[in-house]
Amino acid sequence: MLNAQNITVQYGEHTVVDHLSFQLQEGQWLMLVGPNGAGKSTLIEAIAQGVLYTGTIQLENRDIRRFRAAQLAQKIGVLSQKNAVGYAYTVEEVVSLGRYAYTAGFLSARDDDGKQQVEHALELTGLTDLRHASVLTLSGGELQRTFLAQIFAQNPQILILDEPANHLDLIYQKHIFSLIQQWLHQPGRAVISVVHDLSLAKKYGTHAVLMDQGKSVSQGTVDKVLTPQNLQAVYHMDVYQWMQDMLSQWPA
Amino acid sequence: MITRSDRFSWRSCVLFSFALVCVMLLCICAGSVSIPLADTLTALWNTLWGLEVPQGISKNIILNVRLPRVLNVALVGAALSLCGAAMQGLLRNPLADGSTLGVSSGAALGAVAALALGVKLPGIPDGGVMLTAMASAFLSLVLILSLAYVLDRSLSTHSIILIGVIFSMFASSVINLIISFAQEHIKSITFWTMGSLSGTGFSHTRILAAALLACGVIILRYGRELNAFAIGEDNARHIGVNVKKVKLIILITVSVLIGICVSIAGSIGFVGLVMPHMTRMLTGPNHKRLLPTALFSGAIFLLLADLAARTLLSPVELSIGVVTSLVGAVAFIIIFCQTRKAR
Repeated sequence: MLNAQNITVQYGEHTVVDHLSFQLQEGQWLMLVGPNGAGKSTLIEAIAQGVLYTGTIQLENRDIRRFRAAQLAQKIGVLSQKNAVGYAYTVEEVVSLGRYAYTAGFLSARDDDGKQQVEHALELTGLTDLRHASVLTLSGGELQRTFLAQIFAQNPQILILDEPANHLDLIYQKHIFSLIQQWLHQPGRAVISVVHDLSLAKKYGTHAVLMDQGKSVSQGTVDKVLTPQNLQAVYHMDVYQWMQDMLSQWPA
Repeated sequence: MITRSDRFSWRSCVLFSFALVCVMLLCICAGSVSIPLADTLTALWNTLWGLEVPQGISKNIILNVRLPRVLNVALVGAALSLCGAAMQGLLRNPLADGSTLGVSSGAALGAVAALALGVKLPGIPDGGVMLTAMASAFLSLVLILSLAYVLDRSLSTHSIILIGVIFSMFASSVINLIISFAQEHIKSITFWTMGSLSGTGFSHTRILAAALLACGVIILRYGRELNAFAIGEDNARHIGVNVKKVKLIILITVSVLIGICVSIAGSIGFVGLVMPHMTRMLTGPNHKRLLPTALFSGAIFLLLADLAARTLLSPVELSIGVVTSLVGAVAFIIIFCQTRKAR
């Protein structure tokens, strides 16, 4: 579905993403894994056309730069890490904006499914009761779910999620990740996400790209990429030992 | 819990129109010479249907002095308020406004320079001045935003305002300089920094109405995009808004409106800051309701401010900007404190 070749992003002299290539096929959940500053969020912004990059990204065999903004938004939904709202919009108003891509233009088209999709998205994310609440009053987790609901309302084929578990408590972490997994079951869909929790990456991901300093260190299926050796090389610590330590805090 | 409909309802439209007409009538009647309401209504009604206006009614004051002025004040108020609302949404900054961003001063600088240099456009009286004012407003806006962006990539609330204020001071001193060199044919510095609508006529009404109609339609059509920007520019891009295009269109439209308002009425501060803010308390931040309501509230606010300017120290007439700035400065501080508290 998505084919990225030689993606390079530079901020001034500093190379943040360095000749990175990867492919995303239907049905895959690709985990971008790596330490802070590895360039994961920047890579996501490049796919979302938010930063300038060199190299090519093809979506359905067509250069992604040639899609109109609204066209692209019908294909790709992006959840970014910084989601703060300045004004007192209601949850429903924010989620409804997810339908923008279907009604864009000076003379807006009709969006017959719209209401139903918004309703469905609110339901999936457990926000139905909060629909009239002002987003300024929400907790971090509720806000995160609001923007997730916006993406579900947007109904894209590829979800690109930067830290979807951010601000979510364990219950919603589990809930949202299972939700995305279910969403993925339908044909023609795929997910790319940045996840810091390696266990989450391993449990839910099908494929992974392990990044360090803008480069891809290893990529392929999750089992092949997320090995103790690979992780140790990137994180400079014995990740496997650390996880065991963590688990041993909880006597069976 | 807030329950609101998604659109500007007909009921509010009728309600606001009624309030606007009442305030306009009040403003025609009140002044250094006060006119009975019945006389005003008779004069307006008879003129509208081409009937003779009875003797004993100050027809001239009503029809040729106060009516055009009141119409112009309402149009300028509506335009400035709409521009403020659009910029506050676009920049996600509740303190944005023509005066706080320095756009009004930029427009005034352009207008003064055009007057001093004698820039003329064949066919349209004052066309050259207006065109220069619009261009200058747009250039100032681009300059201020890019400066703010260089200084602070996040375009935070405070750095934009800071640069806007510095730019305003700079523009005012240049205006002062130009006026002192070419005193003869340019209105006073007070006009350009504080604004006034005294002596404006129906020719101005036509221009203002046409500009507000054209620009207003564009801005109102972009209500949804402004909602997306107000939530966040990144989010706007992610949901499919063509952010560069929309931003450019809104900035140009706002510059055109402010340029025309300033070249006719001088720079009247804070209308675009105060009224969208107060309107938002009433309608919520959804621009589909906020923008049309801001048109009405801006018109009503400026009419009352103009009335106060004319009558408070009668027979001396204050600059309209004195009144709006008095109100606006207080409102600015309140909004500033609120945004500080919000983070």
